[in-house]
Amino acid sequence: MNEPVARRMGDYPSRAGPYGGQGSSANLADILERVLDKGIVIAGDIQINLLDIELLTIKLRLLVASVDKAKEMGIDWWEHDPSLSSRASDGYRSLADENKRLRAEIQSLREGDELPAAEEEDEEEYEYEDEEEGEDEAEAETEAEEKPRPAARRATATRRTSGSRDKRAEPRPRTKKRRDTS
Amino acid sequence: MTEVISYAYAVARDAGGSLAEALAGLPGVADAPVHLVRAGERGDVVVAVSPVPEQDFQEAALRANLEDLEWLESVARAHHRVIEALAARTTVLPLRLATVYLDDERVRRMLEARQEAFADRLAELAAHTEWGVKIYVEAPAPTDRPATPPADADAGLSPGRAYLSHRKAQRHAREDAYRDAEEVARRVEAAARGHAVDRVQHRVQQGELARGPGENVVNDAYLVPLGQAESFRADVSRAAEGLSGVRVEVTGPWAPYSFATPPETEPVRGAAP
Repeated sequence: MNEPVARRMGDYPSRAGPYGGQGSSANLADILERVLDKGIVIAGDIQINLLDIELLTIKLRLLVASVDKAKEMGIDWWEHDPSLSSRASDGYRSLADENKRLRAEIQSLREGDELPAAEEEDEEEYEYEDEEEGEDEAEAETEAEEKPRPAARRATATRRTSGSRDKRAEPRPRTKKRRDTS
Repeated sequence: MTEVISYAYAVARDAGGSLAEALAGLPGVADAPVHLVRAGERGDVVVAVSPVPEQDFQEAALRANLEDLEWLESVARAHHRVIEALAARTTVLPLRLATVYLDDERVRRMLEARQEAFADRLAELAAHTEWGVKIYVEAPAPTDRPATPPADADAGLSPGRAYLSHRKAQRHAREDAYRDAEEVARRVEAAARGHAVDRVQHRVQQGELARGPGENVVNDAYLVPLGQAESFRADVSRAAEGLSGVRVEVTGPWAPYSFATPPETEPVRGAAP
């Protein structure tokens, strides 16, 4: 049963291991989401702090590149808004980034004398329009997230994080772990 | 001399008593050999266990190690490897990564206490496997931006207008792709309904490890009877046919990680302290 899988998944980055099944070739992200987030939670004799598990899984959920980056982002989000975690800051950040970028762009256009004075004003108006549109879009996305299963956008992960927790059929670290403690 | 403690991988049914063979020569976490712990003589429900160095799994060390992606990857892959080996032979209930006991006797006592519940769930999951289904949108991501705003097509426009027109076109392309993705999601659900007996929604994958073409918008796991596996795969894989901006990826078979805990024992969220 494992061999065909290994072949099918051959285009994933493979880490050759002593064992030739799916275990050595499956996508690390797929494995991590299962071994860290799924499976039966039973309190063993050695427990790591539940908060740490939560932090860790938030980071891994985002599956960011480096642990440093993960810490930076994860801890920041955790401290500022544990319940909303990524969504608020993600939306906020991207808007802020976009704003910054647009300003820089206008600045460089001005410096390059590419815009005559009259057009400059025009451009500024456009910029604001565009930003507002961006915000509307973000709101629309937020609304869309409330629907059960839209093919959502950037914020999809966070929709899942906050929105569909309750109805998820598998254990969540925080509550489940306590409950299963024997 | 390094002290060792017991790392538990999964609960499994060892009906014929031959499961130990499946584990022979298979390196577990920390490359240690894996053995089976059973409760009593007659019990055919077993726990796969291997010794791990105590110093790596003490609370503080474990916390630090879990932050180390390399360490985590090696443990995660070993954990998964053992579960795969068991799943190839029998029904398994994977345990969460890093479920650690002071010794095998403690594992045995845990098994004794929960044997009945484990047996029930094993029976329910017998002859089922888990399949992952991910849907990707391959349109330009929302954060994509033109390297240089004035593209050739916009040559007649001022830089500002050209930029906006580019943005608008990009947005429309994205909207179409997301609409298509919703359609594909509906088709996947419809196709899966004919085969799968349960579904769990995972969070979508983002970031470096998930890097691949497109943005992951749906990441689900389905529990599928063995006999339906091939038709499930075929039907679900067809869901994106005719829609070029959307891709469906099916992974599996997996051990039933996402279904190991029966839904009805799920505590109400917030009920626990």
